[in-house]
Amino acid sequence: MMSYRTIIGLEVHVQLLTRTKLFCGCATTFGLPPNSATCAVCCGLPGTLPVMNRTAFQLALKAAVALNCTIATFTKWDRKNYYYPDLPKNYQISQYDLPFSSEGWLEIETPAGARKIGIIRAHLEEDAGKMLHDERAGKNDSLVDLNRTGTPLLEIVSHPDMETAEEAKAYLEELRLLLREIGVSDCEMQEGSLRCDANINLHVPQPDGSFVATPIIEVKNLNTFRGVERSLKYESERQAAELQRNLDAGVWHVDATRTSKFRDYRVSPITQRKSDGALGPVSKATAGWDERTGRTEIQRRKEEASDYCYFPEPDLVPVTVDADTLERVRAELGELPAAQKTRLQSQYGLPVYDAGVLSRQGRAFVAYFEAVVKQCGDAKEACNWTMNDLLSTLNDRKLDIKESSLSPENLGELISEIQATGLNKQRAREVYAVMLDGLTAKQAIDKLGFKVVADEGQLLELVRKAIAANPKAVADFKKGKVKAADAIKGFVMRETKGMAKTEMVQQLVMRELAKE
Amino acid sequence: MLDLTATELLQRQANGDSSAESITQTFLAQFRQHDSRIRAFLHVDEADAIEQAKAIDAKRKGGESLGKLAGIPVAVKDVLCTKGRRTTCGSKILQNFVPPYDAHVITKLKEADAILIGKTNCDEFAMGSSTENSAYQTTRNPWDLERTPGGSSGGSAASVAASQAPLALGTDTGGSIRQPASLCGIVGMKPSYGRVSRFGLIAYGSSLDQVGPFAQDVRDAALLLEVIAGHDPRDSTCVNTPVPPYTAMLDEPIKPLTIGVAKQFFGKGLDSEVEQAVRSALKVYEGQGAKIKDISLPHSPYAVAVYYLVATAEASSNLARYDGVHFGHRTEKFAGLIDMVKKSRGEGFGAEVKRRIMLGTYALSSGYIDAYYLKALKVRRLIRQDFDQAFAQCDVVMGPTSPTAAFKIGEKADDPLAMYLSDIYTISANLAGICGISIPCGFTKSGLPIGLQILGGPFAEEKLLRVARLHERETDWHKRRPAL
Amino acid sequence: MSLSPDEVRKVAELARLEISDAEVDTIARQLNAIVDYINQLQQVSTDGVEPLAHALDLHDVFREDLPGESLTEDEALANAPARKGNFYSVPAVFGD
Ligand SMILES: [Zn+2]
Repeated sequence: MMSYRTIIGLEVHVQLLTRTKLFCGCATTFGLPPNSATCAVCCGLPGTLPVMNRTAFQLALKAAVALNCTIATFTKWDRKNYYYPDLPKNYQISQYDLPFSSEGWLEIETPAGARKIGIIRAHLEEDAGKMLHDERAGKNDSLVDLNRTGTPLLEIVSHPDMETAEEAKAYLEELRLLLREIGVSDCEMQEGSLRCDANINLHVPQPDGSFVATPIIEVKNLNTFRGVERSLKYESERQAAELQRNLDAGVWHVDATRTSKFRDYRVSPITQRKSDGALGPVSKATAGWDERTGRTEIQRRKEEASDYCYFPEPDLVPVTVDADTLERVRAELGELPAAQKTRLQSQYGLPVYDAGVLSRQGRAFVAYFEAVVKQCGDAKEACNWTMNDLLSTLNDRKLDIKESSLSPENLGELISEIQATGLNKQRAREVYAVMLDGLTAKQAIDKLGFKVVADEGQLLELVRKAIAANPKAVADFKKGKVKAADAIKGFVMRETKGMAKTEMVQQLVMRELAKE
Repeated sequence: MLDLTATELLQRQANGDSSAESITQTFLAQFRQHDSRIRAFLHVDEADAIEQAKAIDAKRKGGESLGKLAGIPVAVKDVLCTKGRRTTCGSKILQNFVPPYDAHVITKLKEADAILIGKTNCDEFAMGSSTENSAYQTTRNPWDLERTPGGSSGGSAASVAASQAPLALGTDTGGSIRQPASLCGIVGMKPSYGRVSRFGLIAYGSSLDQVGPFAQDVRDAALLLEVIAGHDPRDSTCVNTPVPPYTAMLDEPIKPLTIGVAKQFFGKGLDSEVEQAVRSALKVYEGQGAKIKDISLPHSPYAVAVYYLVATAEASSNLARYDGVHFGHRTEKFAGLIDMVKKSRGEGFGAEVKRRIMLGTYALSSGYIDAYYLKALKVRRLIRQDFDQAFAQCDVVMGPTSPTAAFKIGEKADDPLAMYLSDIYTISANLAGICGISIPCGFTKSGLPIGLQILGGPFAEEKLLRVARLHERETDWHKRRPAL
Repeated sequence: MSLSPDEVRKVAELARLEISDAEVDTIARQLNAIVDYINQLQQVSTDGVEPLAHALDLHDVFREDLPGESLTEDEALANAPARKGNFYSVPAVFGD
């Protein structure tokens, strides 16, 4: 198997969280009956004109600022002309040579540490409608639903900075977290509010230190995070095999005359022998990912670049962004996930992993965590409880943190109560479960009738009784089996129905065993 | 009554001498009598027009306040959408298209209590200068039925010239109001780009199109403009600045008045009779104390070339939506989607429209966009700069509207370029976004009307109208009517 | 620069216009006459001149994100050449 470097760039489209479409007042709600959310403007009826949705532009701006992009002071829209039945005007209003933002980055976590993935540009454009090609349409027809037509889309194009399918997935997840956090998009892949196309090819090292580049394949229809990962893994292996096979068969050749620089090394493309014996570039292609078969299917070879006849959209006027606006947007962004993660580590001494888990849950969750810490003063315990117990409760009940029936103050109180009374974890979880009905920790403990036994005399008596009743454990302990002490502790716990103060029992058992 | 202006007809109604119904009946009768020969109208619903008129009369009887055009019939070019009423653009491709909305200017007319008397013929998608490119009929010039009324708003111009309507709306992308006004001996005005909403105007060249009035005289044109101008939040390119009351100060001459005369408007190809009439008009102004100043618009000779790249590029995209998918003509027999689209468009569009779509697509296609489309936009800026410099030295620029009086039907049909050149004086105003008007200033020996074009700076409509009015008060060319 | 019949066909393809072989030559001839005329623009010096796409010096025109009136399904589909249920019906996209 040859070694190679996988080069991946992602083109992501997210629907912006506006009430209405980019150029008209129709609803952007998902799942409405076909053609029930359209008007003359988004149907492209003759004589209608677009007017830009202010909120859409502001959301787009917010996203670009959060992605560390340079924001253009002057931006305009262009028409991208192409014929397709889901595009009623047969042009898409998009941005061509003056996008409102360019050159940003997004940091992702990789096994080798944090890495910045470059962003080439983010621009604002309109979505197309939906086509149905299934049996409902019949064999000779396709059906068109224009509800989605004109929905505001932010297109975010990354640099080809990702080298593994996992990195591509991490990028996508980090992007989703960021855009959700700042309220730009709900990024629901299932509903199509986050869509991803991936450009992927391989750079294969050559003995002379240069690389050979395989033709770029654009993988489309990536509808799940898993699909992104699987398809890219599949596609890089497929390309490697294809390259090997074609080089071996003499169908492909390295074209050393057309080398170019990529990052800090040189790459040579490959060419293909045609029927007449001449060599020509291997055409780029688009491929569809088939989730079911787990394969990419080459759909269309791109012999030449499509001619979209871009030109400035005469029905819209340019938009300007001044320094004050940018300052305001920046201020409104608040703490972004990456910064938050760093702060959780430094301020609360949380491990990287824990800080990552918390920040991935979003701002509201982190705020909850911080309120718990404020109440109980123990960040580590607060983190354990929120990250493990609370999170699994929310997941089970399919609730958002804002819908949690347990307030952070109550959870903080529970943690304090545990520390004060020495309630063991198992009992504490029972208390927690009762607290989910809205009770405070004290109320829940009362309700359960839990009374922690913390009386040293009483416990000492029980420990001695346990030692007497377990000669074998005592003997084992003496032989150096420290674990044998658990049997003694277990006896005490059973006797107290689990209410003995754990640390005190531990102390007493050790002390008494040492005397034996 | 047919010789009365809209202003006079309003007065008669106010005095109780006429009703909206009787006025409408009169113009409908004129339509019935003459339109089979002139063919100005595509659709007239007489019963509906009478209904509208009766409603206005009832309002008046009921003492309700009435709009500025109460009871005045207005003919409307069939590129302006009318809710629930067929709007064809003179094209087969929109033969059965019924818009579910009114154009902004139609809403304005309705609010002003005007009577929408019918939709007028035009060159298909407003592409042409003779109204011969209509898929439905060829409109004839009321002054000479062998000749064209000009275009593309030829139906609207002919309807006013033939007294089938006292007022009409047209659209002007490269001269399509001013040139037919000139050829039909009436007043026609193109407002500054952004003065009138384009919502509901079926686009030809979006950065050039404007809706404007046709009328028998300047006062009526001012009145109609006053009604249709103004901000519309549905058109991003429609400015949000107040509309001055154009009629209020109309009779106040601009003093002092400096008139710029550019040698580029008096070059080769200008008919001598036309030149003579225009020079006489300048004399009229001089007689009123105006100063004539020679100016130069050095890039205006390139206007036609720039226009046929910019307008067609925009048109190629604007007309892409007519594909037989969501509305408009769909061919009967086809093999697959792409074939359906190509056949529908091939059948639905006429030759000139296809030619312009081809030219525009070519100008935008990769490899040519820099040499053609972008080059044209650069020269467009130079044309605009010429005007900015001109209006720094003079109030208005005057010259002929069209190089010749009305030409014969069929005369230029086989020579697209010759046809394009009939707009040589009007086009630069659209490229620069400024306002312009054509007013009658004489007749040829053979009795064909000649128009004087007056151009004003951006949003200088009030000044432009007052200057135009000055000439009208001193002459009576505008009072002449064709013998039908 | 002038257009060959092949280029005319290519442009027609891009513009999705069916033109017959008989039309190609006429259209090529007419377009070339126009293109010849238009080529006079190449004489104009435009060094350093910015393209003017719009004569209007207007920017930052927005609408607020407020719902407007939509059409009913029947209104929206009223002009559709072919309709199936509440969908526009078109020849199969993959049928070509
Ligand atoms: Zn809509």
